[in-house]
Amino acid sequence: MSAAKTNDVPSTVQSARRAGKFLFWACVLLICAWVLVPIYLLMVNALSSPSQVSGFPKTGLPGFDFSSLQFFAGFSGVGRALWNSVLVAVLTMVLSIGIGAPAGYALSRFEFPGKEVFRMLVVMTRAFPLPLLALPLAVMFIRTGLDDTAIGLALVHTVLAIPFAVLITFSLFSGIPLELEEAAWTLGCNRWQAFQKVVLPLVLPGIAASAVFAFTISWNEVFAAAVLTIENRTLPAFLIQNLNVSPLHLKFAGGAALVVPALIFIFAVRKYLFAMWGIANR
Amino acid sequence: MQAKVLPYLLLLPATVFLLVFFVYPFVEIAVLAFTRDGGFSLQPLTTMATHWKFGSALGWTLLLAAVVVPIQLAMALSMASIVTKLQRGRNAILYIFSIPLGLSDLAAGIVWLAIFEQSGFLNSLLNGLGVVDQPILFLGYQNIWVIFLAVVLAEIWRATAIMMVILVSGMGLIPKEYYEAGEVFGASPWQRFIKITLPMLRPSLQSALILRTLAAFEVFAVVTALGGTTLPVLMGETYNWQFALQDRNVASAYALVILGISIIATLFYLRVLRVPKGATI
Repeated sequence: MSAAKTNDVPSTVQSARRAGKFLFWACVLLICAWVLVPIYLLMVNALSSPSQVSGFPKTGLPGFDFSSLQFFAGFSGVGRALWNSVLVAVLTMVLSIGIGAPAGYALSRFEFPGKEVFRMLVVMTRAFPLPLLALPLAVMFIRTGLDDTAIGLALVHTVLAIPFAVLITFSLFSGIPLELEEAAWTLGCNRWQAFQKVVLPLVLPGIAASAVFAFTISWNEVFAAAVLTIENRTLPAFLIQNLNVSPLHLKFAGGAALVVPALIFIFAVRKYLFAMWGIANR
Repeated sequence: MQAKVLPYLLLLPATVFLLVFFVYPFVEIAVLAFTRDGGFSLQPLTTMATHWKFGSALGWTLLLAAVVVPIQLAMALSMASIVTKLQRGRNAILYIFSIPLGLSDLAAGIVWLAIFEQSGFLNSLLNGLGVVDQPILFLGYQNIWVIFLAVVLAEIWRATAIMMVILVSGMGLIPKEYYEAGEVFGASPWQRFIKITLPMLRPSLQSALILRTLAAFEVFAVVTALGGTTLPVLMGETYNWQFALQDRNVASAYALVILGISIIATLFYLRVLRVPKGATI
C-alpha cells in the first residue's frame, strides 16, 4: 500500500485504518512484553543479593549484586552439573547429526522400497512421550555399564533429537538440486567426492543450525536426565533434585543459568527455525 | 547395484538406533507394567489405580491439557497471523516471539516462581498497589487452584512459541493467489482467515496440536518447580514411584497410562483434522 494511495481515501476510512494499525502494534508490544517481562524478572532476581531475593516488597530493579550468582557458582555440584550438561548435549549433537543426516540424505535422494516404513518410524518417535524411555533403559544401562554416564544419557537424548535431525537434514538436502551433484559426477567426481565438494559446503550452515537445535533439546531435558543419572547429573536434573531444599537465590541463579544459553541458541538458529519446521511438518 | 544398496546403508544406523532405543524400551515398559517378580501380574496396575493420588494426578493432567492447549492454539494463531502481516521489524519480533522455544519447562517453572513465590513480584506489585499489606502464600497447599493457575500461565508462556513456529511455516506454504482471489471476490480479512487460512493450515494445525497436547500430558518440571508435589500430575507420580517409592513396575504402569492417553489424543487429531488424499499443497 503506497503512501499516495492512502491519501486518496476518505478520512473516516483512514482514521479507522490508523486505529487498526495502532491496535495491531499494541498487540505486538503486548505479546513481546508477555514474553520478555518474566525473563527480565528472573534476571532481576539472579542479579540481586540473597537478602534482596528473599526481601519484600521488591522494586523490580536489579541490585547488581553478584553474590547470588557467586553462591550458585560455588555451590557444590554445580560446576560438575554444568560440565555434564555441556558434555551430554555435545554428544547428543554429534550422535543425532551423525546418525540422522545420512538418513535425511537417503530420504531426499533415493526412491526405494521401505522408505515409507522408515518415515513412519521417524514420525512415530514424535508422537510418543519419549522421556519415559528412561525407565526401562535404566535397567539395560546397568547391565551394560552405561548407567550414570554421559554417553548413556546422550543416547536417550538422541532418540529425542533424531526425528528432528532426520526431517531437517531431509529438507536441507532436498533444497539442493540434484543437477548440481550430477554435474559433478559428469566432471569425474564419484558420489562421495561430489557430496563432499558440492553438497556439503551448501548444507553446512543448515546442519550447524540443526545441531544447535539438538543441543538445545538435550540442554533442556529434565526427566530422563533425572532418572538415568545419580552422580553425573546434568544441570536441570541437579536443579530438579535440589529444588525442594535449595534456597530461593540458588533456584533463581540456576534458572538464569538455564535461560541465558537458551537465548543464545535460539538467536543462533533464528534464520533456520521456520525453514526447518516448514518441512518437518509434512 | 550400488545405488540399490546405498540408501539402506545410509538408513541402517538410524533404524538400528531407533529399534534399540525407541521400540525396545516401549515394549519393555508394557512388559514391566504387567509383571511382578518376574511373572505376569496385574498388581502394578491395580496398585497404581487404587493409589489415592492416581485419580487426582490423572484429573489434573487432563484438566491442564484441556485448559492450556485451546488457549495456546488461539494465541499461536494470532501470533502467527501477526508475524505474517508484519513488514517492518519482522525478524526482531519473530526472534522475541520464539524465545520461549529454547527454554526448558524447568526454566519456565523457575521464571514463574520468581513472580508467584511469597516474596515474589506479584506480591510486591499487589503491595505497591495497596491491595495487600502482607505477602500472600500463593503456592501453598491450601491454594491448589492458584498453583494450577501458575502452572497454566507458565505452560502457556513457554510452549506457545513452538506452535507459533509450526503455524508460521505452515502459513508460508499457502499460495498468495488464494488470498488475492479472496480479496477480489470481496472476502473480509476475517473471512479470508476462516475460509482460506484455517483449512489450508490443516496439516500444520495437526502436527502443532499433536506435539503440544502430548507435551502437555508430560508436564513435570513446571509443576515441580511451582508446586512441589502439592499438585499431582502423571509424570510427577511416575518420577515419584521410580525414585521415592523405588517401584519400577508401578512407574511403568504410570508410563503406560501416559502413553495410552497420548495415543488416544494422536488418533483423535489424525481423525478430526485428517487431510483428504490429494488435497495437500
